[in-house]
Amino acid sequence: MAIRERMSGNEAVAHAIKQINPDVMAAFPITPSTEIPQMVSTFIANGDIDTEFIPVESEHSSMSATMGACAAGARAITATSSCGLAYMWEVLYVAASDRLPIVMAVVNRALTGPININCDHSDSMGARDAGWIQIYAENNQEAYDNYIQAFRIAEHPDVKLPFMACQDGFITSHAVENISLIETEKVKEFVGSYEPENFLLNADMPMAVGPYANSPFYMETKMNQRIAMKNAKKVILEVAEEFEKISGRKYGLFEEYRMDDAEYVIVIMGSAAGTTKEAVDELREQGIKAGMIKVRVFRPFPGAELAAALENAKGIAIMDRAESFSGCGGPLGSELKAALYDAKNESTTVNYFYGLAGRDYTVETACGIYQDLIDYVSGKQEAEQFKYIGLRK
Amino acid sequence: MKKNIEIRWHGRGGQGAKTAALLLADVAFNTGMHVQGFPEYGPERMGAPITAYNRIGESEIRVHSNIYHPDYVVVVDETLLHSVDVTNGLKEDGAIVINTPRPKEEILPLLNGYKGSVYTIDAHKVSMETLGKYFPNSPMLAAIVKVADIMDKDVFLSQMQASYEHKFAKKPEVIDGNMRALKMAFEEVK
Repeated sequence: MAIRERMSGNEAVAHAIKQINPDVMAAFPITPSTEIPQMVSTFIANGDIDTEFIPVESEHSSMSATMGACAAGARAITATSSCGLAYMWEVLYVAASDRLPIVMAVVNRALTGPININCDHSDSMGARDAGWIQIYAENNQEAYDNYIQAFRIAEHPDVKLPFMACQDGFITSHAVENISLIETEKVKEFVGSYEPENFLLNADMPMAVGPYANSPFYMETKMNQRIAMKNAKKVILEVAEEFEKISGRKYGLFEEYRMDDAEYVIVIMGSAAGTTKEAVDELREQGIKAGMIKVRVFRPFPGAELAAALENAKGIAIMDRAESFSGCGGPLGSELKAALYDAKNESTTVNYFYGLAGRDYTVETACGIYQDLIDYVSGKQEAEQFKYIGLRK
Repeated sequence: MKKNIEIRWHGRGGQGAKTAALLLADVAFNTGMHVQGFPEYGPERMGAPITAYNRIGESEIRVHSNIYHPDYVVVVDETLLHSVDVTNGLKEDGAIVINTPRPKEEILPLLNGYKGSVYTIDAHKVSMETLGKYFPNSPMLAAIVKVADIMDKDVFLSQMQASYEHKFAKKPEVIDGNMRALKMAFEEVK
């Protein structure tokens, strides 16, 4: 029987950690993820779990310590946001190339410049090429569910990659909402114990982790990471299928909402997806064929699958909650447009930038975007390639 | 209660408006509803204006934005009436509840012509008489539960008793005073 509860997104992740009882957590506090290590510390102090908590002096150290613990053979986790994630940068790449299945809760927050504590995806999007799996949550329920699935995906022998379980800072991390929890025994059984094949503390099989790789070896390491990332796609779906059996909740690489005959589609990630669904329902009542796709898995990027799902769309709004200053689109915009090009999809696509640093995205915002798409497709307005939405006048 | 309601709280940092919104989410959850309770975050300081929100309904709540067209507004600090447009977007078939000792006639001119229902309560008086200190959030919580008819008074009080016992496990001496504040506020809001 599912457990009916109410909690914030941060509480949901902390609760999942309590249920999983990982071996090691090394963390340094940063808003809005601070509550996660704070709550886990309380669980440890109360004797609820026996995770070894390593308080460190920075995020560079928290990622290094997590990596060390994971290399030694432990199930190791951390949590961070924004500048904290940026400060881990160097070590993120090392964790990925060393194939360490670390699970990190990322509570998305804008990177500084100007300083701000609210949500956007600039932190994790900046780390999108580090070789980590990235999955994004719409609400506290998904933050909890994704976190539980993360270990099975990251630790799978065909994958062995570090994992960022992302949720929107404050919007979901600090909002109390209803949630359906899974019994601890079922979570434990689902996640299983971590039995690494190779690890530093295995005296019977000494090994080196992270040695120098000169030119004849470096590229093969990258190719292997690439293969692992490709395998992750299949494993993510397998794990989702098994997760559905214990939770009744269905997950894929992305979620399609009223897409069957949709002509005007918003492609979006994170908490704004729920708000968009509300707009889709409103427009459907007026007879407008609106639909939505929520990208759940950003790494590995499901380009071909998304292009197939968008085959019949006439107008597509690709929503980026991070600026990349490429001049050719944001992170989601560039990658999805490339996938649409490969699929020879010639529908009208516009790349929107929205919600930076917590700028609000409302049902009205979404309805306005659908109206844009209708006008672009009908030729009433010339389609812009990029558009900032919700700017002050 | 109407089917799905949205509430906006206006207070000042330190007055407990956020806590009140989270407590309201708690009690509504405990009576079987779908809830959302969240504050608007920024560089908050003691005394600075803050906003918090509630969505309460019978079905899953999917919207994750602030609330611009609330059914109800709660003003925890009446000095905000001079600096914040508290009735902005407030539905005319809704209501506003204001913490003030002043008669309604003096408050109405400060509401930008709002035509819906206006309720007042002297949360300072309630708080001083029941708690001996000024904590306006418990009285304001009871006031909005009554005005928006979110639940039956007895159900509310028994849920709050349990909630306070949990929240104040280490300060049980404040539970009785808070319960008295809730009961008194139920009678005082007009």
